[in-house]
Amino acid sequence: MSRRISQSYIYGWLLLMPAAIFLIAFTYYPAVATLAKSFFSQGTALKPSEFVGFENFAYMLDDDVFWKVAWNNIMYAVGTIPISIALAILMAVWVNGKLPLRSITRMAYFTPTILPMIAVANIWLFFYTPDIGLLDQVSAVFGLPSHNWLGDPDTVLGCIIAITIWKEAGFFMIFYLAALQTLPPELEEAARLEGASRWYYFRRVMFPLLMPTTLFVLINAVINSFKLVDHLFILTKGGPDNASSLLLYYIYEVAFSFLDQAYASTLTVVLLLMLALIAVGQFYFLDKRVHYR
Amino acid sequence: MSTPNQNRHWTYYLETVGAWALALLWILPLLYAFWSAFHPREYAITFELLAPLTLDNFKTAWNQAPFARYFLNTFILVTMILAAQFVLCTLAAYAFARFEFPGKNIAFVMVLLQLMIMPEVLIVENYVTMSKLNLVDTITGIGLPYMASAFGIFLLRQTFKTIPQELEDAARVEGCSRLQILWKVYVPLARPTYIAYGLVSVSHHWNNFLWPLVITNSVSTRPLTVGLAIFGAPESGVDWSIITAGTLLAVAPLLIAFLLFQRQFVQSFMHAGIK
Repeated sequence: MSRRISQSYIYGWLLLMPAAIFLIAFTYYPAVATLAKSFFSQGTALKPSEFVGFENFAYMLDDDVFWKVAWNNIMYAVGTIPISIALAILMAVWVNGKLPLRSITRMAYFTPTILPMIAVANIWLFFYTPDIGLLDQVSAVFGLPSHNWLGDPDTVLGCIIAITIWKEAGFFMIFYLAALQTLPPELEEAARLEGASRWYYFRRVMFPLLMPTTLFVLINAVINSFKLVDHLFILTKGGPDNASSLLLYYIYEVAFSFLDQAYASTLTVVLLLMLALIAVGQFYFLDKRVHYR
Repeated sequence: MSTPNQNRHWTYYLETVGAWALALLWILPLLYAFWSAFHPREYAITFELLAPLTLDNFKTAWNQAPFARYFLNTFILVTMILAAQFVLCTLAAYAFARFEFPGKNIAFVMVLLQLMIMPEVLIVENYVTMSKLNLVDTITGIGLPYMASAFGIFLLRQTFKTIPQELEDAARVEGCSRLQILWKVYVPLARPTYIAYGLVSVSHHWNNFLWPLVITNSVSTRPLTVGLAIFGAPESGVDWSIITAGTLLAVAPLLIAFLLFQRQFVQSFMHAGIK
């Protein structure tokens, strides 16, 4: 018996080994190395890298761009998440019901999900172009003046948010659609027989039952708000004056344009901390839902 | 009695129109891309129903950038990642689903953590690793960080757990080795999961941009997304019709596959999301 157990030990670890090596090399080692590097200065040809304690972090707290980018990231999350989740629920309810042309409608909602963000940005760039862009052409019909949507610090983040909502809502719809299909149809019938309005049924029955899905989607949406920066490369490059820059984009700039890896590592530590916080939140809120069997 | 009924009808029509309007709004950017790509450049911003159609924009785009090479690079990249993911994730998932070994729970939590800490976040340090390994500007270098996918391991583990233990016991009585059991019992029975995961993985890596941008710097390694970003950059001075044509070229394979296998795609993303 004990021979079988120890054989199982060896087998288990041998099977796990290849994946473990990759995970350690490209996830855990770099995470630890990032943390270590954040305590060292950026080495140059004349001055080798040396231990500086929390100096990089002190620099970061004094860096106006960091605060701006962090604030932008919060606004980006606050601007995209509630609207895309609300739209996702609406889409799912519609597509799940008796809608004429249902599968075409569903396809239209879902299509943005499979397009690369770069392609999407190329297309949307046209909408935002001053004078000739679609947005200005439409607003000209109503007699509004032309506006440089992406050039104005007040509107640029809103433009970025609009694209992200468009891209994500259809993706989140899928999860709600899956959840809706597990709801027993008797619930809605019973509510109707009792004379409840559709809105009342949604508010008091459907939405609470969709709560686990909403939590799952919410966590994905929060992670995405740190991860989705591809469109910035095409549309704004973080500008004007960092008005549309996000944390990950700033990390990219610091590391690969300003070539300051030490500071980029310090910024990455902040990003890792945020993600760790989400991870803890997920285990805290969702562990009842994830079925470990 | 008739009032609530009429009421329902009235809102029903309103909702139908709302659903269609939203669908139109959602598909509009793509429709515009088609409009602009298939018409001469004079019509890129003016919309006339009878504007002449043309394929010239596609020809120009195709000749202006090495799209053929980009396609090949993306194809190699996506295939390589998928093959490696299938092997690594299958082995690891089997270990988690059917073996008891010390440290198993900790190892599993460590795997799950990668769902949060995606390779995109670690571009700075992974770049250093790749330059130490001499893999900067190689397709292998783009693929390596994604090969052990926590998502794939988790998905396959859940599937393997639903396969009855009796099947494995029976195969063992027949004299199959562990790896033979994995190959002959588990993998065939988990085929729907492989298809779902494969579709999600291929569309993710076909579209992935940030890490490939960082790690590549030549035509012979750049995937489509990075090539497209350079092609569409305002500095390159290409006009709208040609940019949209190039964009459609880049997304065409995935888009066509999606339109053909719509149900499969939607169900895969659903299946992958529910876990």
